[in-house]
Amino acid sequence: MKKAKVIVLRTAGTNCDRETVFAFQAAGADVDLVHINELIQGGKNLEPYKILALPGGFSYGDDIAAGKVLANELIYKLRQDIRKFVQSGKLVIGICNGFQVLVKTGLLPHSTLTFNDSGKFEDRWVYLKNVNRNKCVFTRGIKGIYLPIAHGEGKFVTDSKTLKELEKNDGIVFKYVDGKGREAGYPWNPNGSMDGIAGICNKEGNVFGMMPHPERFLSRYQHPHWQREKLPEEGGGLKIFKNAVQFAARHL
Amino acid sequence: MENVKIIDILGADDTELTRISKEGILSLNLEEMHAIMDYFRKAARNPTDVELETLAQTWSEHCVHKTFRGIIEYQEQSTVHGPRSTEKRRTTNDLRRTTIIDNLLKQTVMKATKELDKKWCISVFKDNAGIIEFDRDNAVAFKIETHNHPSALEPYGGAGTGIGGVIRDILGVGLGAKPIMNTDIFCFGFPDLPHEKLPGGVLHPKRICKGVVAGVRDYGNRMGIPTANGAVIFDNGFVCNPLVYCGTVGIMPKDKCFKETKPGDLIVAVGGRTGRDGIHGATFSSVELAKDTEVSAVQIGNPIVEKKATDVILQARDKNLYNAITDCGAGGFSSAVGEMGKDIGARVYLERAPLKYAGLTPWEIWVSEAQERMVLAVPPHKLDEIMAVFKAENVEATVLGEFTNDKKLVLLYKGEKVCELEMDFLHDGVPRFRRKAVWDAPETRPPRLCRGEVSLRRGVGAENPEQILKKILSHPTVASKEWIIRQYDHEVQAGTVLKPLQGKENDGPGDACVIKPLFRSNRGIVISNGINPSYGKLDPYWMAASAIDEALRNNICAGGSLEKCALLDNFCWGSPEKPGQLAGLVRASQACYDMAKAYGTPFISGKDSLNNEYFDQDSGKKISIPPTLLISAISVIPDIGKVVSMDLKSPGNLIYLLGETYDELGGSIYYSVNGLNGGMVPKVNPGKAAVMMKKLQKAIREGIVRSCHDCSEGGLAVAAAEMAFAGGLGAEIQCQRVNVSRPASVGGQATCQSLRNDMILFSESNSRFLAEVKPKNRRKFEKIMNGNKSPLTPLSKGGNGGIYSVIGKVKKDKRFKVYGLNGKLIINADIYELKEAWQKTLRW
Repeated sequence: MKKAKVIVLRTAGTNCDRETVFAFQAAGADVDLVHINELIQGGKNLEPYKILALPGGFSYGDDIAAGKVLANELIYKLRQDIRKFVQSGKLVIGICNGFQVLVKTGLLPHSTLTFNDSGKFEDRWVYLKNVNRNKCVFTRGIKGIYLPIAHGEGKFVTDSKTLKELEKNDGIVFKYVDGKGREAGYPWNPNGSMDGIAGICNKEGNVFGMMPHPERFLSRYQHPHWQREKLPEEGGGLKIFKNAVQFAARHL
Repeated sequence: MENVKIIDILGADDTELTRISKEGILSLNLEEMHAIMDYFRKAARNPTDVELETLAQTWSEHCVHKTFRGIIEYQEQSTVHGPRSTEKRRTTNDLRRTTIIDNLLKQTVMKATKELDKKWCISVFKDNAGIIEFDRDNAVAFKIETHNHPSALEPYGGAGTGIGGVIRDILGVGLGAKPIMNTDIFCFGFPDLPHEKLPGGVLHPKRICKGVVAGVRDYGNRMGIPTANGAVIFDNGFVCNPLVYCGTVGIMPKDKCFKETKPGDLIVAVGGRTGRDGIHGATFSSVELAKDTEVSAVQIGNPIVEKKATDVILQARDKNLYNAITDCGAGGFSSAVGEMGKDIGARVYLERAPLKYAGLTPWEIWVSEAQERMVLAVPPHKLDEIMAVFKAENVEATVLGEFTNDKKLVLLYKGEKVCELEMDFLHDGVPRFRRKAVWDAPETRPPRLCRGEVSLRRGVGAENPEQILKKILSHPTVASKEWIIRQYDHEVQAGTVLKPLQGKENDGPGDACVIKPLFRSNRGIVISNGINPSYGKLDPYWMAASAIDEALRNNICAGGSLEKCALLDNFCWGSPEKPGQLAGLVRASQACYDMAKAYGTPFISGKDSLNNEYFDQDSGKKISIPPTLLISAISVIPDIGKVVSMDLKSPGNLIYLLGETYDELGGSIYYSVNGLNGGMVPKVNPGKAAVMMKKLQKAIREGIVRSCHDCSEGGLAVAAAEMAFAGGLGAEIQCQRVNVSRPASVGGQATCQSLRNDMILFSESNSRFLAEVKPKNRRKFEKIMNGNKSPLTPLSKGGNGGIYSVIGKVKKDKRFKVYGLNGKLIINADIYELKEAWQKTLRW
């Protein structure tokens, strides 16, 4: 089977690009790390790629609002290419700042990610429950997962109409829960997200964004309790990348 | 001349010279002003303002470490205490033995490195950072800087540019390293200091703390570098002058560890623009702070500009597009270009520098410490290619001039020559300091027992041991720093395999952090630190020795390697013009030499920040900080799969105490919470400790240590309690099982105090560890600790170099119990109550 081609997009302030590249490589993909200027100036284009990843970081310093400037670049400078990519059913994943970018491009249902209720940046591990009924390509076969978040603007907010649509269209993917899988408040829900929502996908299930960092849990040694618990060699985050790469190889 | 001022020094008398230096914030003393006058007398002209500023910057304490490299006359005065009084009496043979120290740095810190001569040290004390071998192909670089004065005036900006600056040190070491970790250590006044006790013009410690943390957070997080290690000390000695240490580790290919500027290379400035921020940062660091200190000396940071520059510079490095690189730190272009062209010469066209806004004079452009700027030496035939790399990612780069071969520094501004100095004079013309240092040993008598102590001995009373333990856990220096740690992204780059917060609920205090820098290799680095200014108030020698021991303890108990461990020294001191302060610096440096030699751990880089003083206008006095030495340790380990966290793992396991406990409560948190001073400062026997550490390292590598934690502030009781609540398990400790050694004798005087529970529980004796071992591994562990020798064999005959004993057990119930010397239960606390005491102080 041919390796799925993945483009990891970076720009000024992107900082989780290397580990995202490695995550896709570990999942068996052929990965290019590309600066957005190469796409804008036409040195490269999205055509050969099956998966587009927007990694974490502080694109353009998160000036104006987290992810806003890069989102504008995507919509106003690469509108046709991005639209074609998404409409052809290719996969897009935004992690942390990438998720913030995706909601601000409008590629994900009407919502935003705003300042944490705690009023500050926080790095902590959170329990996530997969509530998706199989629409999201990236999370199939995952029940729950333990991953780190690291953000200051991760509070998911939307209106009641969109929330209903999200539920109806199977657009809600991950929810923050406590160690026993129940919805809970801070610190389990680390930012005050509405309904504890940590990740959503579009109606088609091919565009997915999440605040926690699956690329930071590819091996057991990245888990905070690896000295306390018996854990498999492979970290829980890898499955998300494998799902995407396998889907792309089979269907795209 | 149109754009510069000529300063008349040839016709100036001493008063006038002093005025010129003081008003210009040049921080040049009279002798230095004379040296400059002599130079220009030969040249038969007066200097321009650019030339004077260049000399002041290059000769600043900050840049050339005049005190450490000068000549020191060191005297020790011994004091003997009268039998029944506290007044000091000098004996007739009052020591007046004077030692001449020619270059303290070379005689102590650097000497140890030279004598140890480790093959894995690649570059030491030469470049922006120290470099050691990582694996066959890669090396790691480590550097720590201070940014104290800026952080006192503008905590957010000062700390942010502190971390930004040390990151550039790593980016500019050799041909450039990729930053992989940050470490930050702070010293502040107590966060609950009453406002009315705050001297005029000083920001409140809590305000400083919050600003500094936010500054480090916003800069470090945006750079995408995990801030995964640190410490915070609270002591009212730092109210007027906080300390902010920022450090960065980088990784680089081994063939990129050295640079060489060549004549004809173009001087290319990359990154941020030049503005009027940070004028006189280098020279201003030598002036004491006061109520009306100008804030314009603080730089303004922009992490995204630095991130962009980092991205492109590492690409240019891998394409071999330049011969040398350095950062613009203190002294700006003046320091960067001056250093790079030191042996050959340089010519710079100042008007070419891109400015943030118009209106800067030539000297301001030249010495501005505007941030995010790097200077590269680019061979002319590679210019187009390197400029294309920068342009591709919208990074501004400008050719400022070229490196020459005339050994002169020539600066031009719009066609006018505004500076012409011989490189030799600029770099070697500074007169050497000759300073006096007098050491007067302080009081070492133990304080009289206070009420708390008495009640502790009895095990009853208002303040029982449990309450004292809680009080110590709540002391801000001991208390949980989770509020700070979580605001730093300590896991970006996905290599933090031993995190700063550990245990069942990810909230226990880790001893060190372990980073796995390469995705496809299990090799790792262990980073730790040691610092304790309270000991510095008693004796800087033992403070330095304790800091080294602590940094190594932290490193070893997390799984570090003593054989491949390097140290950094960062001295923060008061004015070296005060003989007492300088003597302390000498003593601390001597300890650095003695300890580094004994442990076999070379120093690879360091920095000193002297003149940490505040001029209090009300009292008219200059207030010095407590002498403070930060020691940081970095060790390279072959397999991160063997590292150990500090949280207790399973009920039934044995708790070992390794090392000896002495009556060393001087400078302890126990004394601090009871308002006591004096006492015996903890000492170090590095020979014994090194043997012990190597054995512990072996046991850890063999996988039979389930958790390990060192005893530091708060002593044995705090360490054991932290292990228990981090693991969510109970523990039982027996004071009777603790090895207590005869008090050491110091200054001809021995303390004779009887064995007491408080001493056992709260003494901060060095070189001690708590280790959790499964009962089935007991024999195996003890065999390693014995080293096939009887535990009683003296060290000189190959003995085990230390003592160990099982002092307790891990329990399933969530209670922390301590049995006193008489076998009675003296502490019986719920672990969550102890945890709450530990967490509440800094839960902001």
